[in-house]
Amino acid sequence: MIRFDYARPTEVSDAVREGAAEQATYLAGGTNLVDLLKENVARPTRVVDIGRLPLAEIGETESGGLRLGALVTNSETAYDSRVQERYPLLSSAILAGATAQLRNAATNGGNINQRTRCYYFYDVATPCNKRNPGQGCGAIGGVNRIHAILGTSPHCIATHPSDMAVALAALQAEVRVTGSDGERVIPFADYHRLPGEEPWRDNTLKPGELVTAIDLPAERFTQNFTYLKLRDRLSYAFALVSVAVAMRIEDGRIAEARIALGGVAHKPWRRLEAEEVLVGRAPDRAAFDAATEVLLDGARGHGANDFKIPMARKAIPRALEQAAAGTPQSQTDKRLA
Amino acid sequence: MSEAALSLANDPGREVASSAIGTVPVTLTINGQEHRLAVEPWVTLLDLLRERLHLTGSKKGCDHGQCGACTVLIDGRRMNSCLKLAVTLDGSEITTIEGLGQPGNLHPLQAAFLEHDAFQCGYCTPGQICSGVGLIAEGHARTRDDVREQMSGNLCRCGAYTNIADAILEVLGTEDRE
Repeated sequence: MIRFDYARPTEVSDAVREGAAEQATYLAGGTNLVDLLKENVARPTRVVDIGRLPLAEIGETESGGLRLGALVTNSETAYDSRVQERYPLLSSAILAGATAQLRNAATNGGNINQRTRCYYFYDVATPCNKRNPGQGCGAIGGVNRIHAILGTSPHCIATHPSDMAVALAALQAEVRVTGSDGERVIPFADYHRLPGEEPWRDNTLKPGELVTAIDLPAERFTQNFTYLKLRDRLSYAFALVSVAVAMRIEDGRIAEARIALGGVAHKPWRRLEAEEVLVGRAPDRAAFDAATEVLLDGARGHGANDFKIPMARKAIPRALEQAAAGTPQSQTDKRLA
Repeated sequence: MSEAALSLANDPGREVASSAIGTVPVTLTINGQEHRLAVEPWVTLLDLLRERLHLTGSKKGCDHGQCGACTVLIDGRRMNSCLKLAVTLDGSEITTIEGLGQPGNLHPLQAAFLEHDAFQCGYCTPGQICSGVGLIAEGHARTRDDVREQMSGNLCRCGAYTNIADAILEVLGTEDRE
């Protein structure tokens, strides 16, 4: 592994000062960063261990939601009774990802900041615009079974690998960050970004900014929700296509529907026009298919990942049916609900 | 470590452990025994256990958190020791397979692995057992499906999964055995 020096601040202000240094990186649970250090993909000269910062609590927000500290682990979050009761979609999505060992180490802040698992990003012998800007993209025209079908650019077709982030997108969470300019709050839809001309930027954090918490709004979706994840094996695999649905049904009609896709884009994929198609309609297959077409408008395969388009076209209405029926996908019994 | 960094680390009022490239003082309690160590920041817990402390029960399979052979209990929770930098664990209590039981005084899950023939080559077994002990302590598994899902972080290339699940289910005390 490469050599770097190390700091372990105990206060956010000290951490942000350390993190502002050139070539510094924050380390929390380490499940992704330590791997990237071993692979020579991440090459910091200074690692700022944020594990002792006071950011490991789950608490109430003033607006009736929950505040998930950045350093609360994925396991602690998924099994927290408040999260399970009020945001079962989030709990389900977290438990759909990784393994028990990884979820015990990985933190909430680290989860949303994890890097893509694109093979070319990880293999320093191949070109990658995300790892080395201007080098080219090995996945375009290469091996791209796991890659994006929506929102790609000529420079990058990587996907964001998180399951948790897909649920957070549907729940319209907010990300609280602190930097040298102070604190700010980023709506989840604006947190991750599409690759565009700058594929090396996964998110809209400014250099040195630190995620301190993720806020969940008061609105709960406890009856009509699901997280449906399709992958190459039944456990411990990244999503080929995943669908988070949060829905509210009143008097037999859809009052509100949120749909976020994982495994298909550089960020959790939402399209508000697709959700508006559903409002006021009966929760039936015709409505779900209509929303699906809008959600997948413009989808384009790159060869080996062409299958993701018909897969998503089946998965989205299936997930909407699960949510409408109040039968969310089990993350233990993998038969489709 | 630089003088300035040492003075920071030694200031009890405001602990900011820090190193210029060099070593960092770390105290770990491993299988009940306290170790005061000076560790380079890039050393993983797995390499520290195996190469420095000669606790070779924890295995290096993939070294990327994919196989689970390195699983240990850190403050009671199972994690991949290959993905933990040892310096980040200052003050932690770590249990490895060597700390779970001894010949003649096996941990119940070790005994169950023998009883159920839950291994062939044995390379993944220390990680499987540490992971199983963690799973039981977590208390989220009731059924065989639960056990299989929650053990998905431990690969067994010999394919002893059915017997591994049997061994864990026996110690869990559930009836969902096939």
